[in-house]
Amino acid sequence: MNDRHLAHPLDLESPRLSVEKPAVRFDVQGERSDDDRVAAAISAFTHDFGRDVVVGLESCIHCGHCAEACQFFVATGDAKYTPTWKLEPFAQAYRREAGPFSWLYRALGMRSKVTVDELEAWQELIYDACTLCGRCTLACPMSIDIAGLVGLARHGMAQAGLVPHELWAVTERAARDGSPLGATPAVLKERLEWLSDEHEVDIHVDRPRAEILVTFSSIEIMKYPLSLVATARVMNHAGCDWTVSSAGYEATNFGMLAGSAEWQKRMTMKIVDAALACGAKIVVVPECGHAYSALRWQGANMLGRPLPFRVLHISEFLAEYLASGRIRVRQQAGSIAFHDPCQVSRRGGATQAPRDVLAALGLELRETKDSGDLNFCCGGGGGVIVNHRADELRYRAFGIKMAQLDATGADSMVTSCSNCRQSFDDGQAHFGWDRRMGSLLELVADHLDAPASGATQGRTAGA
Amino acid sequence: MDTAALLQFARGPALAFAVAVLVLGTAWRLLHLLLRPARRSLAEPRAKSAAGGALRAIVTRMWQPAAFRADSLPATLHAYAYHIGLAIVFFGFAPHIAFIERYTGWRWPAVPGWLFALAAAAVFVGLGYALVNRLTSPVLRLISGFDDYAAWAITLLPVVTGMAVLTLPLDAQYPLHPVAAGPLAVHLLSVELLLVWLPFGKLSHAFLAFVSRGATGAAFARRGTQP
Repeated sequence: MNDRHLAHPLDLESPRLSVEKPAVRFDVQGERSDDDRVAAAISAFTHDFGRDVVVGLESCIHCGHCAEACQFFVATGDAKYTPTWKLEPFAQAYRREAGPFSWLYRALGMRSKVTVDELEAWQELIYDACTLCGRCTLACPMSIDIAGLVGLARHGMAQAGLVPHELWAVTERAARDGSPLGATPAVLKERLEWLSDEHEVDIHVDRPRAEILVTFSSIEIMKYPLSLVATARVMNHAGCDWTVSSAGYEATNFGMLAGSAEWQKRMTMKIVDAALACGAKIVVVPECGHAYSALRWQGANMLGRPLPFRVLHISEFLAEYLASGRIRVRQQAGSIAFHDPCQVSRRGGATQAPRDVLAALGLELRETKDSGDLNFCCGGGGGVIVNHRADELRYRAFGIKMAQLDATGADSMVTSCSNCRQSFDDGQAHFGWDRRMGSLLELVADHLDAPASGATQGRTAGA
Repeated sequence: MDTAALLQFARGPALAFAVAVLVLGTAWRLLHLLLRPARRSLAEPRAKSAAGGALRAIVTRMWQPAAFRADSLPATLHAYAYHIGLAIVFFGFAPHIAFIERYTGWRWPAVPGWLFALAAAAVFVGLGYALVNRLTSPVLRLISGFDDYAAWAITLLPVVTGMAVLTLPLDAQYPLHPVAAGPLAVHLLSVELLLVWLPFGKLSHAFLAFVSRGATGAAFARRGTQP
């Protein structure tokens, strides 16, 4: 435990993860020299200068169009939040260390080396002011995947020990305990037993063989436990052969958000190993955007080969099973707005699935002004929600979302990401907003019709 | 060196050097990209053809999505104005066609004089807007570096020096051996500077735009989405 831990102890009892005394600051991990931090960052940057990265860094024409796509720029008008500017130290390191003229720049001293001061100042731009939402790519005439580059740039910051404290603390905790919020296997089992009794629903844990491995987000486990109940109800209703594994249940991947490739892999492999152990053909990712990205799109590269099972976000699972008739729901009246989680829709390709689910429920979907792949982030993605010094900035960005949802005039609103829900709950409390963001999964679970023909009742909990 | 010798130099060794740098520099830049290790995604793709996504991105990114159009429309229109204007001036003006024919044997009809004049005006207006925008926009001022201003000046220079060579009506047949050899040599040298600079700075977007759009388009197509 370092000084930062003592100065800013985690407060796990508040509505969302918090530190007791958030303050504007630059965070560092470990006792290291500045030179060592810079060397570690440059080494990690250089490792990541693959073809896709170099194409992006070489192609920027400095047109500035990406600024208008970024919620932090739109909300503040501050030029420093221009997405391509957030890449500057990364690009500077590339030009000096690996660019086509790097030999010339180094020989003539024409490009200065990135300094630890620049990296510390940069911390705000790539951790506080970027949710990795990727909206900027849609405005870029060169189609540069700026969010992808920011995600890779975080690798260097993590290696240098320059991650915002709360983000680093929850990541370290997740790597150590298996959950960023203290949802250890023992806590999970205790919670599931309680939920099973309280809500009279069978929840399958640690079955030796199962066709479907269900994963949860620790935000759900600790903050939205009804999502766990809803998952079990839907699985049982559809007659699925499913289980939760206490060896691999945590779908959130703070290693990816913090920029630690090592911890990212460790977190992913727990789920992969659990799926392999029970012979799962499908792994269902919970309502969590970045969890979907971590397993669906990056999981295979962590394993080193294609995943031997399908990965479905819970909204994709619901859409597929509703379409096949294995899930049947009662028709609902009224209108609803949907908030697209960026990593599921724009960056995940599952934009249509929640819309199919809402259509199956018979609800009138009222799209926001920018919806689907063009949606604005809730402001809390990419680990920003856990970073308290970013609160003021995040609330300003959240204002865009609030106004767009209000403008729909919909009776209710749902999303398919518990991190987004947490962001909305926090924004609601901050602004005294009279609306509440609900869960798509819980909406379906609350309106299940009689079990489909052939569906079997689930077994009792336990192996 | 007298002006005739300078023109001979511009038409001969300088031109050969500039074209060689353009070709070799472009090849070097592309090779530098292609020789970097590729990070292949092992995830099961949602789309069968990544090539389709690449082609779609190359085409669709020529115009901003409606959500961003209001903010970017003036800059986009002015950028198109000087890009199209430059193309018309370079490929459509009779003396330029004669110049290309002299080296390649290829020729095509010239554009009418009024269209040439319109295109040249579009270049001046478009580039003028680009500079004013870059100097007055806080975003552009922050993200701009030497190359942004150098590229602007090097693009404008051939048009300015070309104007100095215009001594006959626009539709007239220009002589092979012009009277104003000095200004013509300067015009040619300014074009050659553009060719030399093009592969190395942001002007390389002339070819990198296709690489970048294609790469992202293909990667996003695998996910079932598009940039």
